Amino acid sequence: MTTALDGWTLTRRRLEQLRHQPGQIAGMLIFPAIMVVLFGFVFGSAIAVPGGGNYREYLMPGLFVMTSFSALSVAMLSVAADHTRGVMDRFRALPMSRAAVPLGETGADVFGGLLSLAIMLACGYVCGWQAHNGFWPTLGAIGVLVLFRYSVSWIGTYFGLLVKNEQTADQLAPLTLPVTMLSNAFVPTGGMPAWLRVICDWNPISATVAACRSLFGNPGVPAADAAWPLANPITASLLWSLLLLAVFVPLSVRRFSQAGL
Amino acid sequence: MTRHHGDAIVVTEGLRKRFGTKEALSGLDLSVPAGTIFGLLGPNGAGKSTAVRVLSTLTRPTSGRATVAGYDVATEAGEVRKRIGLAGQHPAVDDKLTGRENLRMFGRLARLGERGARARADELLAKFDLEHAADRLTETYSGGMRRRIDLIASLITAPAVLFLDEPTTGLDPRSRNEIWATVRDLVADGTTVLLTTQYLDEADQLAANIAVVDGGKVIASGTPDELKARIGSHLDVIVSDPAHLEGAATVLSLLGNSVAATDLDELSASVPLRAEVQLPVVVRELDAAGVVVRDVGLRKPTLDDVFLTLTGKEVAA
Repeated sequence: MTTALDGWTLTRRRLEQLRHQPGQIAGMLIFPAIMVVLFGFVFGSAIAVPGGGNYREYLMPGLFVMTSFSALSVAMLSVAADHTRGVMDRFRALPMSRAAVPLGETGADVFGGLLSLAIMLACGYVCGWQAHNGFWPTLGAIGVLVLFRYSVSWIGTYFGLLVKNEQTADQLAPLTLPVTMLSNAFVPTGGMPAWLRVICDWNPISATVAACRSLFGNPGVPAADAAWPLANPITASLLWSLLLLAVFVPLSVRRFSQAGL
Repeated sequence: MTRHHGDAIVVTEGLRKRFGTKEALSGLDLSVPAGTIFGLLGPNGAGKSTAVRVLSTLTRPTSGRATVAGYDVATEAGEVRKRIGLAGQHPAVDDKLTGRENLRMFGRLARLGERGARARADELLAKFDLEHAADRLTETYSGGMRRRIDLIASLITAPAVLFLDEPTTGLDPRSRNEIWATVRDLVADGTTVLLTTQYLDEADQLAANIAVVDGGKVIASGTPDELKARIGSHLDVIVSDPAHLEGAATVLSLLGNSVAATDLDELSASVPLRAEVQLPVVVRELDAAGVVVRDVGLRKPTLDDVFLTLTGKEVAA
């Protein structure tokens, strides 16, 4: 109970910060628009979707997941910044719960994440993307995305606690981009060399993208002989998210309690 | 509630902390009387910050024992945290929040409740005269103001013991005086303050008791006066002609029975005196050696002298 309360206090902190930085909100608005133009119209002009269909319809679930995956750098950067500035030490010297800081960090990210997801959905809609399967599957897709984002932000929190240094975190953050690319988010994995295809098919991002495509009713549904995570994308994505949480929640909490020992 | 024996509210016994192969604390023994300012004085790397990190439960000791308000920092960290405040070397406030938002956040985390946190923030801002800046982002504060809001943030729990790690390092003299005044006020209210410093005048001005730390342990302790008394006076001579400096140093070395320090810029020679020496004797000896003297005097020791004598090292400026 007190842990949740502390978590909420730290969530409020991030929201208050956002209120003071309208520039950051503007950035959150502009970034998705740039991604849609870049991938949807620039690269998309030369990419054919297997089995037919509009590339932007195919692409948008990939961008939704990419947005969710950005939680890794967001959480890592803010946790590392707190470390560098000594705020983390102050938290650790307060009689608060050991789990509160990672909980607050990841909880706050859910709010930010919902906001950027809403913006991305709107961008997609403007470019002709649609959810075709009605209310419940659409809600299910959003649920899959939010859960995935939440689990990813725990990875970011853990790495933030691990590197402890704002500059190091700054240098690591761009590495999340290639991880996103090693998936079916932008192009189908069918044409990749076999070894690379295995990596991409088993990337949690691929399962989540495939789950969104299937729930939104977008093109790019994998062939029947696809790897298990792609053949059962919703189950696979949920399992991935739960697995990540099961690993990184205890790791982060332990790391926070022991940092500096 | 605190539970402590006698007057000591912070006690360490044989405290050791090893980081890899480097020993930051090698048997630190401290006893801080309640309701006083205690100065931990030492050069960079002496182990002062490590001592504060151990006492404020951020780092666990490798061996030895430390208690704060009667609670063991390693096994009863939660109880210790309820009774301490910590302000480190760098202002640990969130610069993307206002001063008031920072204080409220720390208040909520310190379990004051929503209303309590708001009231405590307002109270502290009024008491320390920061209301005019309370609703500005702390990133717009001057260095001195940031330190103050940081210091105030450490008071949110009304701690029995406040740890200040080099509270005035890098501050201009005016901000320094403000911090000093705040610290004195706190002690007047009954808080015990343990501060680390490399500034001898800071320890001299503020602390009732000082422990001089070097190489991770206490090499001398006592009141500032006691420490100065251990060193004795200094005999200083200033010459007009640089050519006479060496002669002056030779005379002083004989009188003080130790090697006199010379300063070519100041044209001065100085030696600590362990025994009483009469000033006329000094003048006569210098005259006999043909040294023309511009000024000669007996100087009460400063903590710089204490430090130099105890460690053989100059304190970092």
